[in-house]
Amino acid sequence: MKKIDFLVAGVGGQGTILASDILAEVGMRAGYDAKKSDVLGLAIRGGSVLSHVRWGQSVASPVVRRGQVDFMLAFEPLEAMRGVELMNPAGIIVCNTKPIVPISVGSGNAVYPSMLEVKRVLSSAARIVHYIDATKEAVEMGNPKVANVIMLGGFSALLDIDPDIWESVVLERVPSKLVDLNRRAFRAGCSLIKEGKMI
Amino acid sequence: MKKALLSGNEAIARGAYEAGIQVATGYPGTPSSEILKTLASEYGKEIYAEWSTNEKVAMDAGAGAAYSGRRTMVTTKQVGMNVLADALMYTVYTGIEAGLIVVTADDPGMFSSQNEQDNRWYAKLVKLPLIEPADSQEAKDFVVQGIALSEKFDTPVLLRTTMRVSHSKGVVSLGGRPEVPDKVGPFVRNQEKYVCTAMWAKKLHPVVEQRLRELAQYAESSPFNRIEWGERSLGIITSGITYAYARDVFPSASILKLGMSFPLPEKLIRGFAEQVEKVLVIEELDPFLEEQIRAMGIAVIGKEIFPPYDELPPDKIHSIAVDAGFLSEDKATQPVAQSISALPLRSPVLCPGCPHRSTFYLLNKMQVPVAGDIGCYNLGCLPPFNAQHTMGCMGASIGVLHGMAIAGLPERAVATIGDSTFFHSGMPALANMVHNQSRGVVILMDNGTTAMTGHQDHPGTAWSLHGEDVPHIEFKPLLSAMGVQKIVEVNAFDIAEVETGLNECLEYDGPSVLITKGLCVFISRDPQPSYIVDADTCIACGECFKLGCPAIIKSDEHNPKTGKAKANIDPTLCTGCDVCRQICPTGAIHPPAQTKRSNT
Repeated sequence: MKKIDFLVAGVGGQGTILASDILAEVGMRAGYDAKKSDVLGLAIRGGSVLSHVRWGQSVASPVVRRGQVDFMLAFEPLEAMRGVELMNPAGIIVCNTKPIVPISVGSGNAVYPSMLEVKRVLSSAARIVHYIDATKEAVEMGNPKVANVIMLGGFSALLDIDPDIWESVVLERVPSKLVDLNRRAFRAGCSLIKEGKMI
Repeated sequence: MKKALLSGNEAIARGAYEAGIQVATGYPGTPSSEILKTLASEYGKEIYAEWSTNEKVAMDAGAGAAYSGRRTMVTTKQVGMNVLADALMYTVYTGIEAGLIVVTADDPGMFSSQNEQDNRWYAKLVKLPLIEPADSQEAKDFVVQGIALSEKFDTPVLLRTTMRVSHSKGVVSLGGRPEVPDKVGPFVRNQEKYVCTAMWAKKLHPVVEQRLRELAQYAESSPFNRIEWGERSLGIITSGITYAYARDVFPSASILKLGMSFPLPEKLIRGFAEQVEKVLVIEELDPFLEEQIRAMGIAVIGKEIFPPYDELPPDKIHSIAVDAGFLSEDKATQPVAQSISALPLRSPVLCPGCPHRSTFYLLNKMQVPVAGDIGCYNLGCLPPFNAQHTMGCMGASIGVLHGMAIAGLPERAVATIGDSTFFHSGMPALANMVHNQSRGVVILMDNGTTAMTGHQDHPGTAWSLHGEDVPHIEFKPLLSAMGVQKIVEVNAFDIAEVETGLNECLEYDGPSVLITKGLCVFISRDPQPSYIVDADTCIACGECFKLGCPAIIKSDEHNPKTGKAKANIDPTLCTGCDVCRQICPTGAIHPPAQTKRSNT
């Protein structure tokens, strides 16, 4: 059983920790040993979140080492940039393109990197980078909150895991009245990657 | 066997269930808070759990429950242990009737703490057994085994985690719950055991010392400790999360993993050290294991290469081991991309709609010295407020304010303290101010919850950990009864009211309390529609930026005369708290229903 190390990067409130919980649970149900650890910034809300998730025959450390991450799931471009030093150069990144501007930029004390710069950095860190405008897709589906499920759906297309495991783990974590919406969101994300409809 | 993915804290709660624990107490503190939260939400039927007023109260209550025959758990974060320690000292002398386990969650790396104290020393100071799980499975198992150890040796047991154990998740095999007593009592009247008056406590101390010798003997063959033999060129002694890191970084080394890190098994350690060429002790923070092993006359390498501060994540252990010649450079772990240090930070800020914002805006304007305290309002020390000038520990603000007054400081000073912190340890300090008649303004920032640690209850809230209606303590009558002569209560979301109240208290020649009342935005859960900035009316004066609200951002539009950016409001963040409207000098900020605020 080959080890797979993941990094989930985002901003507090985007569902980053939920996504990494889902990823660890999917690994466990698929028969892996799984561990995860969230590296939070100092902020209570709206801070950087980097979640490490590890699958393997037997996982000792919940923390991934530099250069070892096989897959990065990034909900926000700036946070994707923060994660690059952990990437294995042969790895794959899936990145949401919608920026969440930090207060240091909003108040004019720092500059948010251009999308060109984001792409340059991410391309130098990984073998393949998929960009998804998940926030836009989610708004089109009628609820901006399903952006993270669209992202997870896209991400699932890259891994050889039974889609039923994915869907059951994802859907048992959403409110019952939102199950249908989330199922559609998950499948939409999956098609985006499979059909190459990225940006 | 059923398996679940649990955090260390969730696993500790599960362990409490499987250990037959029936009572759990604690005070919220990151990274320990989820233990009691999980106990209440998942095992509330089987286990009584409460948020106590502070850690010492929690420990005394834990002692009383364990004396009464209930297996008990007490939880704290590392600094709460300093508050708890007084009560822990006597329980080690008395022993218990049913198992008692104290969980301390330490915070190497200071993710949410004011210091990096290593609570393993408490085991040595207090003289009780210390167990350190390395992952969630062990966190659960060690609670069960810890309760057994507690009852076997008639002593409380200290279980220490670190943030990385408490907050990481791993796969845990679940077990069942043993038979537990339905009823307890009558209370055991055993004065020579349970009354620590000098004449009896003097006889208890040798019992404690003898118990430690027996525990050290037990540690030699205890299942808590194990050797994983690998190559004999390097032997590593470690405990807790650093075991997991060491296992990853040194896959072929021999490792002595100490699950019980006090008292230490001397024969086991000596035997291990004799069979390897070199011994490396890897531990976060202090040389707790190292000093004891050196005292056995065993040569080890430890803190001369590993720093006694911050976390020791695998990458750091690896690079230090490479520099010291224990490992060769690993080309496979070299990323192409280097870390980018110049990226904009997401610095911590008061949330949009926070009731504390108005006070810190005014304190910044008034430039008074501010003695701060522990809670969200500590963020008042950061720009744009810069309005907290001291902060040390829970409840310190009022004592420090009193100290400023008795030192004869000519400036009028204030203390900022939250409602939960006030109950925790602010009350004795305020009683002292009243009794010794000093001067100063205590700003009691009453947001109706223990916000920073995840919105727990306290004696001022009308609900408890189980959610039911409970009588709550009102501040005004409480303060009156404490002898405070000057009490002003204001609406925290009304800047003019807060300012008037603050000035009134600052002029008062004695101890005064300004209660700024306003619910935490996570408690009120009553967001109003987002406010709007009228770009034509905005003159780009920048006053609203002084509120440090994440929802107020710089607009692309500028004042053509000054070149300064006008303000804009992010509709996804604004909660419509109204504070920015009140300070805008041109009336450019208004709720969405109006185009412009009426000039009244």
